[in-house]
Amino acid sequence: MTTVIRPFIPATAKRLLPNRWDLIAFPLILGFLLFATTGIQGTWAPISALQTEPISLDAANLPEYALRTTLRMLAAMIASIVFTLVYGTLAAKSRRAGQLLVPILDILQSVPVLGYISFTVTFFLALFPGRVLGAEFAAIFAIFTSQAWNMTFSFYQSLRTVPNDLKEVSQNLRLSGWQKFWKLEVPFSMPGMIWNMMMSMSGGWFFVVASEAITVGDKTVTLPGVGSYLAMAISNKDLTAVGWVILTMTVVIVIYDQFLFRPLVAWADKFRLEDTMSQAAPESWVLNLIQRTRIIQQLLRPFGKLLKKLARMRLNIALPQSIHTESHSSVSRGLDIAWGGFMVLLCGYVSWKLYSFISSEVGLGETIRVVGLGFITLVRVTVLIALASIIWVPLGVLIGLRPRLAETIQPIAQFLAAFPANLLFPVFVVFIVHFKLNPDIWLSPLIVLGTQWYILFNVVAGASAFPNDFREAATNFHIKGWQWWKQVMLPGIFPYYITGAITASGGAWNASIVSEMVSWGDDKLAAHGLGAYIAQTTAAGDFPKILLGICVMSLFVVLFNRLLWRPLYAIAENKLRLN
Amino acid sequence: MPQETVTLRQEIFSLKHVDKGYHKGGEEDIQVLDDVNLTLHEGEIVGLLGRSGSGKSTLLRIIAGLIQASAGEVNYCGQPLNGPAEGVAMVFQTFALFPWLTVLQNVEAGLEALGVEPKERRRRALAAIDLIGLDGFENAYPRELSGGMRQRVGFARGLVVNPTLLLMDEPFSALDVLTAETLRTDLLDLWNQKQLPIKSILIVTHNIEEAVFMCDRIMVLSSNPGRVVAEIKVPFAHPRNRLDPVFRKMVDDIYALMTQRRSADTLHKVQLEIGSPLTEVSTNLMAGLMEALAAAPYNGRADLPEIGSKLLLEVDDLFPVTETLEHLGFVELRDGDIELTAAGKLFADYGTQERKVLFAEHLLRHIPLAARIRRVLQERPGQRAPRLRFEQELEDSLSDSAAEETLDTVISWGRYAEIFSYNDHTETFSMEDVEGAQ
Repeated sequence: MTTVIRPFIPATAKRLLPNRWDLIAFPLILGFLLFATTGIQGTWAPISALQTEPISLDAANLPEYALRTTLRMLAAMIASIVFTLVYGTLAAKSRRAGQLLVPILDILQSVPVLGYISFTVTFFLALFPGRVLGAEFAAIFAIFTSQAWNMTFSFYQSLRTVPNDLKEVSQNLRLSGWQKFWKLEVPFSMPGMIWNMMMSMSGGWFFVVASEAITVGDKTVTLPGVGSYLAMAISNKDLTAVGWVILTMTVVIVIYDQFLFRPLVAWADKFRLEDTMSQAAPESWVLNLIQRTRIIQQLLRPFGKLLKKLARMRLNIALPQSIHTESHSSVSRGLDIAWGGFMVLLCGYVSWKLYSFISSEVGLGETIRVVGLGFITLVRVTVLIALASIIWVPLGVLIGLRPRLAETIQPIAQFLAAFPANLLFPVFVVFIVHFKLNPDIWLSPLIVLGTQWYILFNVVAGASAFPNDFREAATNFHIKGWQWWKQVMLPGIFPYYITGAITASGGAWNASIVSEMVSWGDDKLAAHGLGAYIAQTTAAGDFPKILLGICVMSLFVVLFNRLLWRPLYAIAENKLRLN
Repeated sequence: MPQETVTLRQEIFSLKHVDKGYHKGGEEDIQVLDDVNLTLHEGEIVGLLGRSGSGKSTLLRIIAGLIQASAGEVNYCGQPLNGPAEGVAMVFQTFALFPWLTVLQNVEAGLEALGVEPKERRRRALAAIDLIGLDGFENAYPRELSGGMRQRVGFARGLVVNPTLLLMDEPFSALDVLTAETLRTDLLDLWNQKQLPIKSILIVTHNIEEAVFMCDRIMVLSSNPGRVVAEIKVPFAHPRNRLDPVFRKMVDDIYALMTQRRSADTLHKVQLEIGSPLTEVSTNLMAGLMEALAAAPYNGRADLPEIGSKLLLEVDDLFPVTETLEHLGFVELRDGDIELTAAGKLFADYGTQERKVLFAEHLLRHIPLAARIRRVLQERPGQRAPRLRFEQELEDSLSDSAAEETLDTVISWGRYAEIFSYNDHTETFSMEDVEGAQ
């Protein structure tokens, strides 16, 4: 055996030589940095710039608008992550804070995202008078509210379920709270958080489009972006422009998925707790590229080192040691009572404030009318989710049972779920206006236009994961037809279906605000419903009524979740678990 | 009381020259079953005995009509088989009970599919539940039952449709030893007292003792591809005694048959090539087995079935480790015995670092793939090579999954021997941190 002796290159020098992966990855990253800086510069312009530079329908501007929109998404995501880490930790670590924070989060989740905008626009414009930044913050905050809650819930739940032996190990190693947070808790919750980030992001596109061009009373905000381009196209009745914006969004979502989320998911795979390798580990060509490059790895290393150093610090945030709590139990009980009393008082005060604000303008009759509108929207949501289920469940099963087909359909369904359906609204509206159709019926499908795909891709996932042994047993015992659906397949996919349907129905309530009232140029179509009510009062800047509408809708969503989805979810969790 | 010989009994199933191959990316087939002949007669329990990769489960599924043979004849009661036949019921290794149905509903499901009236359905299901010893559990959900009870539901579900043939796919291997034995004897008692409606049982297993304990006839399958290499009649009367010397002799003979098969054709152990499949065996298991062999009472030589049962290693665990050790030149296998070589004895005596050096030496000498990876790394300027390079080379001769397992195996051995290092994230081999690499 002859070994060819090669020229000796010291290991340190070897790592500095660029390799061919650098050639591809480097321009990509530089380009991204360049675009980011130009995008951010715009936000420091005075707000008058928005009026002097109106949105242009020239398609050549779309890349820049898309960039601005994407940056807003990114900023909201960073805000969401910070919020998640802080809020989730507080809720999980301190029992008393948890008593307050968890229910708050639960409600926040149920409040329609577009409902926040009416208030936050006013608030942020006042905070940064005369700067575009205020409007930017308002839009970012709207996206934030659509992203943060489920991420926080996921993180909170992960923190609560860190395995005991891992906790004991970190105690045994005498890690400080700060070290434990970065070494154990954050990594442990990473897969769940990234999954929820993806879900949030795919929901977020819908709201970014809706929040860039918004009118609250006499204040109109038009931020350069895909959403305001769309608004402009609608008011100018320009279908070609609508086509361009749809195309742009498609490209943006694909890029976002390939460059941000694929790599993240593939990277987060290493945090999975199971020791066994998964059948198919997630793959990302971008991540492979970055991991194979030398120069980029070198450039990233200082950041990595800094982060590691930060995580290694022994910062000790004084949290009460669990061992000592027993001795102070009487003091602790007293504190509990005081805390409980404080919360009741706070709750009462806020409710009273809310009531007096709303009742200053709105009487009982109006409230009853709004509740009635709520029922109309409830019927609309229920019927459409049911219709979507009837269509997509059987199709999803048939697709999921064919692995090849499922592999092709799954990314498409996920893309469609992420695609902001409001971009497609004009197409429908043109149709409805042209044929003079009844808006109460024909605007309804818009509610599930974007969210029905959650049902499809969850059912496909469920059917793909259906154990082969069960299928073989069914075939062996000649179980066919309706019996097969009833006893074999439907119970098997039910947990997946419920997950999809919950997301879909949540999205549908939100979508009702933009889809029950639409326009095309001067043609305005409105269906009867709570969504249209909120949209109309927002446009009029009638705050007590907006608040009433939001309260009623939140109430409907909370009750809908409690009375329908929670029990169904419990059944899915307890009775229909496989294995 | 010796059992009547099974001549001229009615033929239930017959397979003639059955092949099964899977297409792989338009290239050549991966052969799973090769020219299998098998006949099942009324009144017998037949065992399909083989290791993983012998295609025994595939064969069972061909008989069940769940998959189609690529070539050959499959006849059921004299008729060519088309899809899942009525009168063939299956019991699964994983039980495959629907978790959302109660015991009773699970048992009734097959009857409902046959269109049996609800009243009759209930009566027959309850009778089957009673027969199999599940009364009292009718309304329980599978998750509330222990593994043994779940498999009883599996039996009841299979028996209630009055099948001609009962197929069992490793029905006891997911159960603990005692539970499995209780279920086996219960089933055999019912069978021998002629309380079961079935005419024949075909049982797939990798457990040699189980096959000798239960079956009237054992078909031994070879691996990669699966072929019938022996047909063994078991003439003992039930209930059989596992400690009976003739019983032990037969178990020993089958062990010898399953380990020594290769030397019959070539008189030499098969030399490994770069593209030979490797089975994942942990180096801890190898070291543990060599230590056990070196120590008393074996002192370097042991009877395979004996050491297997002593160390609680099933055939599917025992054979891969013994064969790997044989390839590495640490043991020799002869007549169902295993013996440490000089190197094997040294290994057992050595400490951690010395063991690694010895293992590395044997790995590079006897496993061509390991030597190849090392050589490629040394020849490359950066002393790095992507996994893909070797995976593609292996895929010329192996299926995708076998190529992956082979490479994973050589990675874990190579890491232990410190002959190269491997980064799972970048999927590259390198000589980084390998002593004496530069």
